[in-house]
Amino acid sequence: MIQVEGLSKRYARHVAVNNISFSVEKGDIVGFLGPNGAGKTTTMRILTCFLPPTEGKATVAGFDVFEQPHEVKKHIGYLPEAPPLYPEMSVEDYLAFVARLKSVPAAEVKQRTDQVIERCAIGDNRSRLISKLSKGYRQRVGLAQAIIHNPDVLILDEPTSGLDPKQINETRELIKNLSGEHTIILSTHILPEVEAVCQKVIIINKGRLVATDSVENLKSRAGVGSAIQVQVDTAGEADGVTVRQRIEQVPGVSKVLDRAVHGNRFVFEIESLQGRNTRPDVARAIVHAGWNLLELKSSTLTLEEVFLELTGSHTGEPVPVVAGGAE
Amino acid sequence: MRNIWTICRRELYAYFVSPIAWVLLTIFALLSGVFTYIISASFVRASLEGQMSGQSFPMNLNEQVIAPLFSNIAVVGLFLIPLISMRLFAEEKRQGTIELLVTSPVHDFEIILGKWLSAVLMYAALLAILALDYSFLFIYGNPDWKPVLTGFLGAVLQGACLLAFGTFISTLTRNQIVAGAIGFALALILWILNWTTSFGNSVMVQVLNYLSIVSHMDSFSRGVIDTKDLIYYLSMIFLGLFLTARSLESIRWKA
Repeated sequence: MIQVEGLSKRYARHVAVNNISFSVEKGDIVGFLGPNGAGKTTTMRILTCFLPPTEGKATVAGFDVFEQPHEVKKHIGYLPEAPPLYPEMSVEDYLAFVARLKSVPAAEVKQRTDQVIERCAIGDNRSRLISKLSKGYRQRVGLAQAIIHNPDVLILDEPTSGLDPKQINETRELIKNLSGEHTIILSTHILPEVEAVCQKVIIINKGRLVATDSVENLKSRAGVGSAIQVQVDTAGEADGVTVRQRIEQVPGVSKVLDRAVHGNRFVFEIESLQGRNTRPDVARAIVHAGWNLLELKSSTLTLEEVFLELTGSHTGEPVPVVAGGAE
Repeated sequence: MRNIWTICRRELYAYFVSPIAWVLLTIFALLSGVFTYIISASFVRASLEGQMSGQSFPMNLNEQVIAPLFSNIAVVGLFLIPLISMRLFAEEKRQGTIELLVTSPVHDFEIILGKWLSAVLMYAALLAILALDYSFLFIYGNPDWKPVLTGFLGAVLQGACLLAFGTFISTLTRNQIVAGAIGFALALILWILNWTTSFGNSVMVQVLNYLSIVSHMDSFSRGVIDTKDLIYYLSMIFLGLFLTARSLESIRWKA
């Protein structure tokens, strides 16, 4: 559905997008992930024919964004980061205007407007002025305008930014419901969002493609085996160092990290060698030593850690990644 | 064609749901009313004086009331037109809605023509008030209607021409006030260019006088459609809209 080959966008002073290639299949929901300023918006603007690329080729629904922009635009629904709304219009007047703008036949404008109003659950405010709507509501009107001409491809630039947690969940549900009919690319710098909504991830950083894979593959690819977290209560009979040394002796354990100390309670994170399940042995070792095992849980590598791993920023300067919720 | 009308309709909607249309209509109604009253009152007094003194000067409503009214209104237009055109693109850029227009399957020229057309219709709505003022002259007098029609044609053309430049200026900034101020300065310069006629009659002066926007109204308000003036207005409209198209294109390359 979307093919991008060697796409670059250069400005006088900096390179926003540097030689990016990827493809998106029909019906996929793809998360476009990267820290702020990574080139997400620029890439999306190229795909929507808002910006011409400096180099490279991109086709949407079989049409070239540079050669046949008019055809591409007919097949794309686009929600920019700030929803493009006219505050002085009412919701239904606005949607009817967008429908006509997107070449929906005059006879179907009313019907399409009603459909998207129902789809995005904005019916109870349909005749209100957009300027009077809350931010979450505006976002939904923005989504409604993006799907009003039933496009093959939906491009959503940070669809949940600036919303409260409830609105974020509603918007994510809405996006999930839209999949199937549409191929969706959504950009975000919020990692749980990708895990919640997308099947596939495209990670870019500083204008370069870092990884493109399914969410599952990506996790296992960057993963270094499963990690577990234990909490041990020694009742004052041993200090943290002793406990750690004891755990380190368990076969299969590759690394033990101190996580927290609360009086006599110690929390460790234990990494194991690839493919080894060390949980039973660790538990036995602790109990045999006469300590109390308060907690033992597996902590799989989060997408956030994968992301930091891939963008290489866990060593260098911190990347402004928000792990949970909105910015 | 349908796209132009879609965009034009939305712009008219925006004018009339915001205070701008009503403020402009009020200002224009006041000014044109005052001008009509002053000019026709002095016409009535002159004709009374003529009768009392026993000399009968040839009195003509068209030449002594309607033509001067048109040139006064042309100047009023210079002040109001930047207020009409300043929001056209500046507001879209500020709100980010320009992204909606540009990523929709419409051509740039359709966006530009739709917006410009809405501004021209808005200005024509102002001139309709002047037509209302003139209707009193037709009720109480017997003027020739043809110079009135050509006068309106001239006024609309002059407005259309300034609005084309106003549209261009509006693409340059996201700030309406800036767009309005530059538009106002341009209108003022185009107006006072013909003041140079007092400097003699050199080629330079003639060129400047031809470029001046108000002088082309004169023949229209006297009932004459001069091709020279028509070409002036049409080519200025084309230039303004052409610059708009180039500017809109450059927004994309720079954005």
